[in-house]
Amino acid sequence: MTAIGWLQIALIFALVLACVKPLGAFMARLFSNERTFLAPVFGPVERGFYRLAGVDPTREQGWLAYALAMLVFNAAGFVLLYGLMRLQAVLPLNPQGFGPVAPDQAFNTAVSFVSNTNWQSYGGETTMGHFVQMAGLTVQNFLSAATGMALALALVRAFARSGATTLGNFWVDMTRATLYVLLPISILLALAFAISGMPQTLQGSVDAVTLDGAKQTIALGPVASQEAIKQLGTNGGGFFSANAAHPFENPSAISNVLSIWSMLLIAAALPYTFGRMVGDTRQGWALLGAMFSILIAGVFVAYWAEAQGNPILTALGLDPSGGNMEGKEVRFGVAMSALYAAVTTGLSCGCVNAMHDSFTPLGGLVPLLLIQLGEVLPGGVGSGLYGMLVFAIVTVFVAGLMVGRTPEYLGKKIEAREMKLTMLALLILPLSILGFSSAAAMLPSALASLANAGPHGLSEILYAYSSATGNNGSAFGGLNANTPWYNTTLGLAMLLGRFGYIIPMMAIAGSIAGKTKVAASAGTFPTHTPLFVALLVGVILIMAGLEFFPALALGPIVEHFSMIAGKTF
Amino acid sequence: MFAHLRPAIVLLALFVALTGIAYPLAMTGVAQIALPGQANGTLIERNGTVIGSGRIGQPFTSDRYFQPRPSATGGAPYNAANSSGSNLGPTSQKLADRVKDDASSLKKEYGLTTVPVDAATASASGLDPHISPDYALLQLATVAKARGLPEERVRALVEGRIERRLLGFIGEPRVNVLRLNLALDTLQP
Repeated sequence: MTAIGWLQIALIFALVLACVKPLGAFMARLFSNERTFLAPVFGPVERGFYRLAGVDPTREQGWLAYALAMLVFNAAGFVLLYGLMRLQAVLPLNPQGFGPVAPDQAFNTAVSFVSNTNWQSYGGETTMGHFVQMAGLTVQNFLSAATGMALALALVRAFARSGATTLGNFWVDMTRATLYVLLPISILLALAFAISGMPQTLQGSVDAVTLDGAKQTIALGPVASQEAIKQLGTNGGGFFSANAAHPFENPSAISNVLSIWSMLLIAAALPYTFGRMVGDTRQGWALLGAMFSILIAGVFVAYWAEAQGNPILTALGLDPSGGNMEGKEVRFGVAMSALYAAVTTGLSCGCVNAMHDSFTPLGGLVPLLLIQLGEVLPGGVGSGLYGMLVFAIVTVFVAGLMVGRTPEYLGKKIEAREMKLTMLALLILPLSILGFSSAAAMLPSALASLANAGPHGLSEILYAYSSATGNNGSAFGGLNANTPWYNTTLGLAMLLGRFGYIIPMMAIAGSIAGKTKVAASAGTFPTHTPLFVALLVGVILIMAGLEFFPALALGPIVEHFSMIAGKTF
Repeated sequence: MFAHLRPAIVLLALFVALTGIAYPLAMTGVAQIALPGQANGTLIERNGTVIGSGRIGQPFTSDRYFQPRPSATGGAPYNAANSSGSNLGPTSQKLADRVKDDASSLKKEYGLTTVPVDAATASASGLDPHISPDYALLQLATVAKARGLPEERVRALVEGRIERRLLGFIGEPRVNVLRLNLALDTLQP
């Protein structure tokens, strides 16, 4: 590890923190029906959309209607995206002439982009024409992020209101998230990305004759516009197969800084929005403090592990001072690759600028574990905040058990019903990850997809189901996931991880909204203090430790000791 | 449930038009007008033919050119229509075998005990346009010999082509192999 490496890491966190308050306050105004400075531009568009769609923006929904609206909207998005991929051969803007995507892969991809996972069992430049990339995938990049933000806002209002029956209007929240937050920032970001050197063209590819006289076909496309929302919406689905490691998808040190900053931006600002809306910004900073303290610990371990290099390769004569460079790009080096890996998995982004499959065992353990911690560090756009609030409920419950008082969070009593729903939501994650992984580990046809033998093979399977269930989308990319088994089961894991979590979470929101706020008393456990932050961090770590440590011990941890001993597989 | 169908379908259609068609096309229009070179892939032409992209690595085999990093793209190395890393894990025997081959031939060629790590590891995209300054400086003797050029001239060329960290700390020092080789061809066709 070097001082320069840490300076780069510090710069990016500073840039993110500088935006928390302005963006968080803007979103608090936007979602509290206050006028924002963008109203003159997008107000008419917004009202026009409601008129055409028959939406009455003043009519609020209860938790069930809100959740149903979200489900219907996401189902419609799924059908459209699936249809576009299946009909790709007859669609316009397909300069490479790609054929229809196979049914199992189209199912997997449609679920993946609708659920904000953006797991890819396809290579972008060899599978998807520009029309599908734009009108299919880019659209879901916006809408799945807007869906996450809307759901988070519904849960925030449940805590902000007292004795309420409604949580807002899904159509309004989703439309505003897209028009006032995602679209304007994406436009600025796309321009910045284009300036940094990303292509933005409708051409399919260019043929070059290299200096050595060989033919090289260079895939092109509207990269900058898709990359902007891919990062900002914590989507992570790459235009190209190599994702943000591809020189066109992340050309320089500047685009890399912008990439990491933009994927953290909204997820880091939303806790502040939450604090504003519940009337105590310290509550938001406490959540953000817990998120960033685990994330930075993750960055430290990943950076340290990658900077050590791979002793097996060092023994063969590689200079270890450059760190582990297999699967990394020279322009990013070890520091920016490790930071990217930790941030993309602490978030549910899943974009990569280095191949996680080739990380050292402990370097690869970090992204895997950060996904398994529940995608709340600071998590996906919206999904990170509602996930963190669910953990906050568990934390006050545990604290309440310790002192023998009824737990409260922000003046709302947490009772049996909320705790049952909370556990239902949280247990989806280990059920899907461990259930599907163990099935795949016993199925010969699933094992045939592995690229690596030994403990690393188990890590590949574990990573795939963790990534899908956590709606992350990054991969240990050696695993050949384009088989009917993986396309189907990973698709189911993504659905479970997204909607199996959201529905109990919305039921919690409905139940909490209906409660009357009780005034804080001397016996109330304050939830903005370092003690609460430490307890929250402890709860997150202990939950994941209990659930996943045995599986991690058999994968990355045993591989670490094998590597130290010089054993290969 | 059915009450939600109209807003779902209408809003989806409107957002496809806005974010899926208008937004990327508008960005394409702006980029094509303001930054035509970069927006079309930073292509480099020589004598009227496209010889590659300034941002995409390409394979070199002749000793007259500086060599890029190993590449694991689909089909053939530096296939810019199918980007990929090797995805070999840290304890992979295949990885150890590949590195052993590459490292021992480099060690033999340059009489070294250790080689720069980027010289024998495959990049994440398989299209890495850069190598480390160490690896570039290592190769200059071979290139100078193959071209019959004095080493100092080639060294000056390489040193002039090292891209430094932005503001002294952002990014990593690197050399763009294609641009270096083009400059070499300009120096001595």
